[in-house]
Amino acid sequence: MKRKTFLKGLMGAAALAALPITAVAQEAIKIGEINHYKRMAAFAEPYKKGIELALEQVNGAGGVMGRPIEFIFRDDQGEPGEAVKIAEELMTRDGAVMLTGTILSNVGLAISSLAAQKGYVYLASEPLADSIVWASGNPYTFRLRSSTYMQAAMLAEEAAKTDAKTFATIAPNYAYGKDAVAAFKENLLKLKPDAEFVAEQWPALFKIDAGAEVQAIERAKPDAIYNVTFGPDLAKLVREGTDRGLFDGRQVFGLLSGEPEYLDPLGEEAPEGWIVTGYPWYDLNDGPGGEFVAAYQERWGDYPRLGSIVGYMTVQSIAAALEKAGSTETDAIRAAFDDLSLDTPMGPITYRAIDHQSTMGAYVGTIALRDGKGVMVDWEYKDGANYLPSDEEVKALRPAE
Amino acid sequence: MGLFIAQLLTGLANAGALFMVASGLSLIFGVTRIVNFAHGSFYMLGAYIGYTLMQVLPGAVGFWGAILLAGIAVGLIGMLVEILVLRPVYRAPELFQLVATFGVILVVQDLALMIWGPDDLLGPRAPGLKGVVRIMGEPIPKYDIALLVITPFVALGLWYLITKTRVGILVRAATQDREMVGALGVNQAWLFTGVFALGCGLAGLGGALQLPKGGADLLMDFNILTAVFVVVVIGGMGSLPGAYLAAVIISVLNVFGVTYLPQSTLVLMFVVMVLVLMIRPYGLFGREEVAGEHGQVGEPERPIKPAGLQVRLLVGAGVAALASLPLIGSNFTQVLATDILIFCLFAASLHFLLGLGGLVSFGHAAYFGGGAYVSALLMMHVNTPMELAFMLAPIGAGMAALIIGWVCLRLTGVYFAMLTLAFAQLLWSLVFQWGEFTGGDDGILGIWPADWLSGTTTYYYFALVLSVGGILFLRHVAHSPFGYALRAARDSERQAEATGINTRRVRMLAFAFAGMMAGLAGGLFVFSKGSVFPNELEIARSFDALIVVFLGGVKTLSGGIVGGAFFKGVEDVLTRYEYWRLAMGLLIIFVVIVAPDGIVGTLRKAAERFGLSRKAEDEA
Repeated sequence: MKRKTFLKGLMGAAALAALPITAVAQEAIKIGEINHYKRMAAFAEPYKKGIELALEQVNGAGGVMGRPIEFIFRDDQGEPGEAVKIAEELMTRDGAVMLTGTILSNVGLAISSLAAQKGYVYLASEPLADSIVWASGNPYTFRLRSSTYMQAAMLAEEAAKTDAKTFATIAPNYAYGKDAVAAFKENLLKLKPDAEFVAEQWPALFKIDAGAEVQAIERAKPDAIYNVTFGPDLAKLVREGTDRGLFDGRQVFGLLSGEPEYLDPLGEEAPEGWIVTGYPWYDLNDGPGGEFVAAYQERWGDYPRLGSIVGYMTVQSIAAALEKAGSTETDAIRAAFDDLSLDTPMGPITYRAIDHQSTMGAYVGTIALRDGKGVMVDWEYKDGANYLPSDEEVKALRPAE
Repeated sequence: MGLFIAQLLTGLANAGALFMVASGLSLIFGVTRIVNFAHGSFYMLGAYIGYTLMQVLPGAVGFWGAILLAGIAVGLIGMLVEILVLRPVYRAPELFQLVATFGVILVVQDLALMIWGPDDLLGPRAPGLKGVVRIMGEPIPKYDIALLVITPFVALGLWYLITKTRVGILVRAATQDREMVGALGVNQAWLFTGVFALGCGLAGLGGALQLPKGGADLLMDFNILTAVFVVVVIGGMGSLPGAYLAAVIISVLNVFGVTYLPQSTLVLMFVVMVLVLMIRPYGLFGREEVAGEHGQVGEPERPIKPAGLQVRLLVGAGVAALASLPLIGSNFTQVLATDILIFCLFAASLHFLLGLGGLVSFGHAAYFGGGAYVSALLMMHVNTPMELAFMLAPIGAGMAALIIGWVCLRLTGVYFAMLTLAFAQLLWSLVFQWGEFTGGDDGILGIWPADWLSGTTTYYYFALVLSVGGILFLRHVAHSPFGYALRAARDSERQAEATGINTRRVRMLAFAFAGMMAGLAGGLFVFSKGSVFPNELEIARSFDALIVVFLGGVKTLSGGIVGGAFFKGVEDVLTRYEYWRLAMGLLIIFVVIVAPDGIVGTLRKAAERFGLSRKAEDEA
């Protein structure tokens, strides 16, 4: 290479490097997405597909403020410490304007703590823990998905309608399980003060001894059972319980048990008659909900799980917030999330200014078998706004700002 | 009465799969002395392969055939792993092989995800064994009865193989004294391969057999691992009847625990293990490990010496480079470097215990997480000033280590290691369960440094000074009379005692000191992250430290630090890619094979070969 050509090349490269400065108007708005893509692959993959679908739609329609949105996906191995490190990298090195993601509550809480300290906006998309917006709530953290409390309250309402007097609970022995049982009890006792809890079972997460748990519940002879187990624990519980006749003549209420993530692996052994929260995508044919299902199937050749729609709504929420903020500055985004309203496939939702919880609801229905697969029938979409404690209670729960 | 019988039967049925997996682990350890962390992975593979075969093979013959074939297939995979991964590293220091098995875990996890996808698979039911039989009015699933029958047959078959056949004689001989077996002309290599394959096959069989009671999922490898280790230790490492009895005890107790103490599900197993080891230090049927039998595999360790001028200059330059990092690196570079420094200090503290003391702790996270929790709890409950809370982290952790060490040091070798693991696990479940005080698994949030320290750069310097200071202090202690006494106790307890060293006291102090330094790392950690969760007390955290110490080189002074920096650095790069676990696993296996003395040990040898540094024996 001649020296002259080399210099020319160098100048060309310099011009190229300078280009982004002139083209700043079209530069993508970056969002940092932290999740447990490996540790919780069954949940994170549909979630990511929902995000990608929404991004294609938003950017296809011209993006936000004339700029496309870009997600940077990072795996945190399911470790809170790792997630905090990655969050710092996304915000300070990669130029993300805000953070989102996580399924595990403890990882979500770790990021929310960092968000409060460093002043990053964090939209907790999937973690369910009540404390994210209440006991450990902070000005920078918002949450999309309907919380443990909201979904438990929906089932408590259904439970209060039945004749059952005595209840047994079974929940994994960690914060989510404990919160879910406490919220169910609180709401049920409000509606039905004479309800009685005769057994509380606490299997270790994903290490359930289903035979023993079933025997222990049977021993208490409850009228109804409230189940919080999920994943492989749920499969084992359903199988042992069905075999041993635990569910005969007993109404069972299952938190999240109707979500395709948990219901589908059960196949034809799906427990008929359980009243559950979930996502009946198969019956969503028209309206925004049906459009989403059709678009998702068209794009991915697979049906949506609950995680898919949460991912989709995450992008919708962020796009709406950015649009409303009209800026990518943290304070503007944060202010925009307060009382942010948008239309989603599930219906309109609002991010409440009082506790930063969205009013996303859940579908409640009864499990039945259709073509050898479990589905939800007689379902109804319940708006999350109706299943939250009063404003005074919420204010008391949240630390003063 | 009916319920009691039914519960007993449930417990016995549960013991089946547990026994098969545990007996495999016990056999492997007995003969090869390999602590096979990957045993859970073989169990998971058995479940997945069994599931796939059951989809293909029809009817009852197909079902039972699939279980058998799954066991055989997993056995063959185990054979492959032994030949490719473990055989090259038998001459490495004791327990080094567990690093290789850790690499296998990562590889299997990603391969299983690639092949079978992320969704949980519900196991097919056994043909003809649906439903229940009623015993005294209580329903018992028919498959439970089948398991009740099958397990003793497998156990008997194993017993026959071990006691009545020529192969069994060789296996038992190797369990007792494998060097002698080699000296008598038995081909050890194939004996080891065979036993490893048999052990893995049993794990695969267990995985396939439990399919009708559950299924296959990607988390089952780690989920069974602790239970299996507990069973093997309670039974006595290497003892088959012990493994059977322990599996039954654990399973039956668990059933009653679930009924009468529903909250006990996290701790019961570990409480039983601690109790058994207190009364019988070598498990129910175990045998005392003879000192020196496998203490010094491979070449003996070289005497340590103070760093020469070259090394001092190198270290000085390294520290200077780290100190100037904020001038050249970005904000995130400092965050990453802080993470790495803290982890290095944690690893160095374990290395002190392991390398110098010969004390293999499987529960070192107890002091790291313990230190972090001491600070966090003080900040949360009594509003302690940050500086004071921070200083109390190493002190609290050191005290915990002193107490735990006092109990655990009655044992030696693998039993000691397992007891430290049990205590770490007890501490974890205490923190996990006691939500009102510790925040449970929702952790403690908002634990940030005082204002004067809160800047990223300021905190980086804070962490740099304390981590490097801590590491240098650890190194200094190694060269002090106390360090010499500790190594003397490691190399020959009797001679050390004879020269007037109170070996027990020396070890206890070393344990407390290492715990203190881990606590310091934990304190640095919690204020850099702003929150702490029970994850920091988990077994996985203890293993992280263990892996890097071996990876860096146990028999070198700087092994812990180099291993820690290498591991954390590589992790930060690899996790950006989709199949990072596969890459990480293969990298670990690769390092293990090419560097059986650890990174530092192997580099040192290479340097000597090329004349860059003098050999130990050349020195006067």
